[in-house]
Amino acid sequence: MKTSMTRRAFLKGSLAAAGLTIGVSVTPFGHRLLNASEIDSFSPNAWFKITPDNKVAIFVGNSEMGQGVLTAHSMIIAEELEADWSRVTVKQGPAADPFKNPIAGAQFTAASASVRGFYEPLRKAGAAGRAMLIKTAAETWKVPEDECKAIMSTVKHAKSGRTLTYGQLCLKAAKLEVPKDPPLKKEEEFRYLGKPMPRVDVPKKVAGKAVYGIDVTLKDLHYAVIARPPAYGAKPLSFDQKGAEQVSGVHKVVQIPEGIAVCAKTLDAALEGRDALKVSWDKGVLPDMNNDYIEKSMNEDLNKPMVSVVNTGDAKKAISEAAKKVEANYFVPFVAHTTMEPMNCTASVTDDRCDVWAPNQAQTGTQNLASKASGLPKEKVNVNTTFLGCGLGRRVKPDFVVEAVTISKAVGKPVKVMWTREEDIKYDYFRAAGSHRIEAGLDAQGKLIGWSHKLVSPSIAIWTNPMQLKDGIDWFCMWGLADRQESYGWNNRIQYEIPNLSIEFLMSSLPIPCGPWRSVQNGPNAFVIESFIDELARAAGKDPLEFRLQSLKNNMRARRVLETVAEKSGWGKTISKGEARGIAQHACFGTWTAQVAEISVNKKDGTIKVHRVVAAVDCGPVVNPDPLVAQIEGGIIMSLGTALKEEVNFANGGVKSANFDTYKLMRMSEVPEIEVHIVKSTEKIGGIGELGVPAVTPAVANAFFNATGVRIRRIPLTPNVVMDALKKA
Amino acid sequence: MPWRIHYSSAYAVGFFIGDRHSAAGKSHENSQGKEETMISLHVNGKVYQVDVSKDTPLLWVLRDYLNLKGTKYSCGIGECGSCTVHIDGKAVRSCTISVGEVQRKKITTIEGLPENHPVKKAWIKEQVVQCGYCQPGVIMQVSALLSQKPALNADQIIAKMDDVICRCGTYPRIKKGIKTAIQMTKKEVTKS
Repeated sequence: MKTSMTRRAFLKGSLAAAGLTIGVSVTPFGHRLLNASEIDSFSPNAWFKITPDNKVAIFVGNSEMGQGVLTAHSMIIAEELEADWSRVTVKQGPAADPFKNPIAGAQFTAASASVRGFYEPLRKAGAAGRAMLIKTAAETWKVPEDECKAIMSTVKHAKSGRTLTYGQLCLKAAKLEVPKDPPLKKEEEFRYLGKPMPRVDVPKKVAGKAVYGIDVTLKDLHYAVIARPPAYGAKPLSFDQKGAEQVSGVHKVVQIPEGIAVCAKTLDAALEGRDALKVSWDKGVLPDMNNDYIEKSMNEDLNKPMVSVVNTGDAKKAISEAAKKVEANYFVPFVAHTTMEPMNCTASVTDDRCDVWAPNQAQTGTQNLASKASGLPKEKVNVNTTFLGCGLGRRVKPDFVVEAVTISKAVGKPVKVMWTREEDIKYDYFRAAGSHRIEAGLDAQGKLIGWSHKLVSPSIAIWTNPMQLKDGIDWFCMWGLADRQESYGWNNRIQYEIPNLSIEFLMSSLPIPCGPWRSVQNGPNAFVIESFIDELARAAGKDPLEFRLQSLKNNMRARRVLETVAEKSGWGKTISKGEARGIAQHACFGTWTAQVAEISVNKKDGTIKVHRVVAAVDCGPVVNPDPLVAQIEGGIIMSLGTALKEEVNFANGGVKSANFDTYKLMRMSEVPEIEVHIVKSTEKIGGIGELGVPAVTPAVANAFFNATGVRIRRIPLTPNVVMDALKKA
Repeated sequence: MPWRIHYSSAYAVGFFIGDRHSAAGKSHENSQGKEETMISLHVNGKVYQVDVSKDTPLLWVLRDYLNLKGTKYSCGIGECGSCTVHIDGKAVRSCTISVGEVQRKKITTIEGLPENHPVKKAWIKEQVVQCGYCQPGVIMQVSALLSQKPALNADQIIAKMDDVICRCGTYPRIKKGIKTAIQMTKKEVTKS
């Protein structure tokens, strides 16, 4: 990895290379296009630059974690710029204001927001460039602009047969004023958007040459590992600092809030030093805590007074007067992220600068926290985002950055903090568990008239984003059920038309750190909602698809994905003997999905085999269809892990799960055939990265019921759970 | 091909073996006396001598001493396959095998697998990778299985892939990639 690029160098680099540079400044009021002369007074905010060698360099501020954002953003710019793709190079941008996502005001890669947040601003930025290049050519030739056309990094004047390349035009174009509202291309003019473009990061990754956080090397780099508390809140009573320092290669031992850090010249020396510490810890804040304790505590909390989140009509009255009443309790346990690349960060802190190399999903947070930990102003903190060996929401929380910066500052060396897999699982910010109690009422015609939903969950917001915590409501925990005004358009809320709806929340006080886990709580909450909807359909004596459509009369996008998936999966048609189908739908991050799972259950050993999953997605316009399908496939497989296998185990007030031998993930032979159908749509663009997750788990649970007649209201559906349920039935 | 000999006392000069080319031969005489304690490794057609304890996992020597960062650490207990390399042509987890066990054996890492190898080409064609972190290991495992004699068919190779983990869930693409790699291998054989 090359030395970091400071903001100034980045800026100078952009300008020194000379050419047309268009930046987008994000203001609270929207986007303002800037030209090169204005950039001087702003932070580096160039989205792309064209140089006289007729090349286009595109800078992407989002993190590449396999979702294809480097390619997607570049496609959007190249499309409107009418750039020749073979002349485009794509670079990872630094932490800088122009890369802040307009839908949340921070630079981050989460909430399936990279394309839905930047689609319009990047199109405008590209289109402005095209307009300026055309204008420059027209002025050069002294012909009307509308006689000139931009084609593949050139401007052509058909009447006279003249052509100038973008490279030839760029220096002159840079002097023009940037148009505020440049004309955008029409869909039929699209050259790249909507077509499957090979991802720019793939060749490097296949060659083994992509640099992830763990691969960063620096001169005099030292390694640090941290002895961490075995239980939540445990403090060190004693440790053998001298013993650790005597290990050959160990540089220093420093106590930090997270534990005791051993810094050494090599990783093996650091690990050996950590072993030599022989730390004795106290018992922590809740030494009795284990899985049973957690579930009991959260279930008991359902009986306590709760905070009202949604209260439409009169759910209590409607349910008490209903022709049919259905009630159920559901529980979703904690699950871990287990990114393939364990947490790590490299930092170099000197008196006047702080450089950070981090596989992170939160550049703004990384820069802020590194500034705080280093004691240097933000302008002196340079954030280099490496490739991420999975993101999955874990890297939204830059705790590993704080560790690296703190240790580097304390030991006076560039330091790479390394987490082992065991630490990565034990000190994760898990997907929050949820305990649910639902009551609902149907009228005499089997129509859904009332729904009362209680949810107990530990907070996610207090660990990751306190902004999402308001008046006792953790909005991350509500996603899938309800959303607050600010992000109402994301549609992270129950889609069914329920005249009397009550949703209540109570934050569990368990000391377990939680964070966003692909789709955040849309995943677990969709499992509960969509399982319960199937229970209601049965109570109403209706087909689950029919019942859903009846309760989604005015929700055209939900109806279309349901109808599509039903048609493509053969819903209602005969299926191989021993197999059963289940259906579910969910909307979040501005996209609608529905899925059908086909499974069979081995009643002798309790194993569930998922044979086929059919998915339909309506995300509005499509940028790059192949990675879109890959994201849905990946989300489905990750979600199947939570449906069938994944659950974090706790013991003695801490985490018992440690590695892939005890925390089991999906393997090749367990993966079904997956079909993804993109519903053609002209609606507002929505997210994709997390959209595979929510619907498949309830689809499997519903298929399980259809196969066995037994409803299991707790995931994962492991063979033991299945056998117990079948025996009880 | 002629072996290039590189000598370095890794602990003495820094955290990895350093500039492989400038170090070549230079410290040959200096390290003569240490020869016996050095671990000799044949990696990607070159011979390296590294001053580490015999029980050091191969993975860390590849990454931090030889600066071959393509081989990845993920679990450290042989459960996920991200660290897979070839030892004498067979797929082996480098996190659970010590350098002492692989001295004088032929080690190939992702960097040593030719760019035009059918598996690498198939992986690009099918756009298999997402985050890509596990893929060097996956590619090394598939390429080892692909070269097995008698030849395995796609289903047989796929059946032997249950010991690798891809958290991104690229499994459907890995299956496609395997099928494409087999076709590409067949074409190459026909051509030659």
